[in-house]
Amino acid sequence: MTTTDERPAGFENNDHKPIGHGRMLRKEDPRFIRGKGNYVDDVQLPGMLHCAILRSPVAHARIVSIDTSAAEAHPKVKAVVTGAALTGLGLAWMPTLSGDVQSVLATDKVRFQGQEVAFVVAEDRYAARDALELIDVEYDLLDPVIDVRMALDPSAPVIRDDLDGKQNNHIFDWETGDEAATEAVFASADVVVSEDIVYPRVHPAPMETCGCVADYDRIDSRLTLWSTSQAPHAHRTLYAIVAGLPEHKIRVISPDIGGGFGGKVPIYPGYVCAIVGSIVTGKPVKWMEDRSENLTSTGFARDYIMRGEIAATRDGKILAVRTNVLADHGAFNGVAAPVKYPAGFFGVFTGSYDLQAAYCKMTAVYTNKAPGGVAYACSFRITEAVYLIERIVDCLAYELEMDPVELRMRNFIQPDQFPYRTKTGWVYDSGDYEPTMRKALELAGYDELRREQAERRARGELMGIGVSFFTEAVGAGPRKDMDILGLGMADGCELRVHPTGKAVVRLSVQSQGQGHETTFAQIVAEEIGIPPADIDVVHGDTDQTPFGLGTYGSRSTPVSGAAAALVARKVRDKARIIASGMLEVSVADLEWVKGAFHVKGDPGKSVTIQDIAMRAHGAGDLPEGIEGGLEAQICYNPENLTYPHGAYICVVDIDPGTAQVKVRRFVAVDDCGTRINPMIIEGQVHRGLTDGVGMALMEMIAFDEDGNCLGGSLMDYLIPTALEVPDWETGFTVTPSPHHPIGAKGVGESATVGSPPAIVNAVVDALKPFGVRHADMPLTPSRVWDAMRGVPRPPI
Amino acid sequence: MQVSMIVNGEEVTREIEGRLLLVHFLRDHLGLTGTHWGCDTSNCGTCVVWLDGEPVKSCTVLAAMAGGHEVRTVEDLEQGGELDPVQRGFMECHGLQCGFCTPGMMMTARALLDRNPDPSEEEIREAISGQICRCTGYATIVRSVKWAAAHEASTPAGGAS
Repeated sequence: MTTTDERPAGFENNDHKPIGHGRMLRKEDPRFIRGKGNYVDDVQLPGMLHCAILRSPVAHARIVSIDTSAAEAHPKVKAVVTGAALTGLGLAWMPTLSGDVQSVLATDKVRFQGQEVAFVVAEDRYAARDALELIDVEYDLLDPVIDVRMALDPSAPVIRDDLDGKQNNHIFDWETGDEAATEAVFASADVVVSEDIVYPRVHPAPMETCGCVADYDRIDSRLTLWSTSQAPHAHRTLYAIVAGLPEHKIRVISPDIGGGFGGKVPIYPGYVCAIVGSIVTGKPVKWMEDRSENLTSTGFARDYIMRGEIAATRDGKILAVRTNVLADHGAFNGVAAPVKYPAGFFGVFTGSYDLQAAYCKMTAVYTNKAPGGVAYACSFRITEAVYLIERIVDCLAYELEMDPVELRMRNFIQPDQFPYRTKTGWVYDSGDYEPTMRKALELAGYDELRREQAERRARGELMGIGVSFFTEAVGAGPRKDMDILGLGMADGCELRVHPTGKAVVRLSVQSQGQGHETTFAQIVAEEIGIPPADIDVVHGDTDQTPFGLGTYGSRSTPVSGAAAALVARKVRDKARIIASGMLEVSVADLEWVKGAFHVKGDPGKSVTIQDIAMRAHGAGDLPEGIEGGLEAQICYNPENLTYPHGAYICVVDIDPGTAQVKVRRFVAVDDCGTRINPMIIEGQVHRGLTDGVGMALMEMIAFDEDGNCLGGSLMDYLIPTALEVPDWETGFTVTPSPHHPIGAKGVGESATVGSPPAIVNAVVDALKPFGVRHADMPLTPSRVWDAMRGVPRPPI
Repeated sequence: MQVSMIVNGEEVTREIEGRLLLVHFLRDHLGLTGTHWGCDTSNCGTCVVWLDGEPVKSCTVLAAMAGGHEVRTVEDLEQGGELDPVQRGFMECHGLQCGFCTPGMMMTARALLDRNPDPSEEEIREAISGQICRCTGYATIVRSVKWAAAHEASTPAGGAS
């Protein structure tokens, strides 16, 4: 049933083929399948101590007193540190990714359950945990703000009284699009449909939790930090700024990372605690959070309450969309987004459709919940944007009694409209939507599915078919538009070809499982003809790699991949000049055929890239003005984002007796431009589809009215296993990006973004006989049951 | 207390605290860091090892309970420089991405194939349903195990200590 390209027999020598793009086994796998990966918790240093963090058991309270004397008396404890001690070091507060401040250890109040209050450094991890039990904290309980809709009520307690003059829980208002023009279109439209749509709070929950090993060398004033970071260079600069350590004395190493999905972009208080612990004790200190700490304190995602509105003609021409969003940012504004985009790229909520007008208004507020707003497998809030448009378009189809595919096809941006400027100012680089949609219909057997559905409905069975079509904006971004805390979102790349023709390429981005060691070797191989097996990819170490902003928002291939291709071309340009000297012809007489320069018209006369590398390092003459060596470095500043798209079709069956949703089939057709390694792309799509099943049907970080987190373990926060997901059916179309050097677009997160609306649309479609037009995620049996009985309820 | 057990075919004896979990014994005391830890509640399965030939979650077994028994970890799958077909299958079929759940998945897969040399897709999914992978979406893990089943003949089956 799957459409993956089948692999020929005899894979063993695959890595040695002189290929560039194409299916290739991963260079990182030999260590992983032997259990020889090197994750942060695998790092063991002589004399290493262990850090554990005491966290607030309540959501909102003033700290009256902290007594650490019993913990300090524990024979294995080396240090106990509270917020008061950090205040003395100027480290009690740190900046967030959004320019707010976050407490490292609470000094005045605790503002969410799970907030860091004190830490212990001890000889082993068990003793460190024991000592936490010996710390006595007296809290004076305050009313928490849990219901986001009440956060701006004048009676709501003020959470951030640490901020000068703060009298309420308001963070920002933001708008995009043209309000008046949109209102005019709505006022004269035949049909207007509105729906309240909630995207609940979820969590990336990578299998490896967050942690680090901090090793501060007092003699050399040098800090080495092994860290679960998706952005080691950005982290190093921020540590330098926050802690006042000289940047050249800080080395951040991100070894193998056990999944990140956006959750390992922020700097968490635990990292700072471990660093302080190492400075205080003079020993290396390891901190690894447990799963509950991960789910309750590190970056959540989504948590948008949206009012979606769509205006259209009676015959299904969509004219405008409008939305009003209430965003729950938790206790500190830690949203991961470029500075100019406080709501990330939510502005791309106009979707894949040619509209006359669009307008979005958003209000963000503080609540007594964990901070975050990380880009969980999405490019800065695009997941919410795509869900909104794809859900509201289905609501429109419901009202017009029109097939959801037909409605979408009627409104697609057409190929000749690209580059296409949306009504909120984004410029889509390229797209050809209809073939992608048609391919998905064909793979799914859409017409046959609709026939089957009609038959089943006649028998009282609940079968649903859901469609979504997304356009994503990924690969942040042009430096003039995008920065994180003042750091421009460009990426460096260095390529060095050794004398024998082997090479090393150094990247600023950081794999968390995406297979960079393979993909980037292939990108370089395609450009300079050195086999991928002969190209070492170095990443995840600030001492070994050029500066850049790291991996998130599907930016590795759009930004760093472009850098790798261009640095390889720079090397090839130099190689061409050296080759002209070797062959005693002008450069214009040379022809590049993967891996060698040939003399035009005399193909027998040629030099390989390996020959050229040896000459570049040899004692012989080089053309005038050419230095020895064969290496180059660049910093790539993308011209625009890349805009991958895709068409997804989901088939669900619902048990009418239990309201249990079963995803029977899922067809995903993705267009991410040029495909470098189809195997890796397919894997990333599968990953995102599974995320989609989780978010649509199972996952939610919920809170009770006191602010207790109800999703604080994997017994409560349900992640799909192999039994909840089908065998994925994938396909692809190729619409290259016109501005990317090899035409590639990001893909790592497309499926996380595109699949939730397809699944929800399928469930709602199955519930059509009950008159259901919308039901919110997560569509657990009890919530589906309520929808079937005509009383759908929002999850928050 | 002192504990002795056979780990990957070799007898080991260590002085430990009675409360020490097997996963921490393997990782921190023996340096066998291929076995991972991912949750507090026995849900994720990144810590799966064999105890007397049965896959167990080593975060839920005390090291002391393994005393006198045989433990097998991912580091023992490769025998005499020859990869286990399960290991080859995971590479061949892209059954891993970040690699964190992979050792546990492979240990379960190896145990499954030892009992059921030709499992159906449903049987494979059932076998790994106590384990979570956040990267692959499971389809490629299913393919990997099927690949291993189809290639068992090329190496001696099992290879348990």
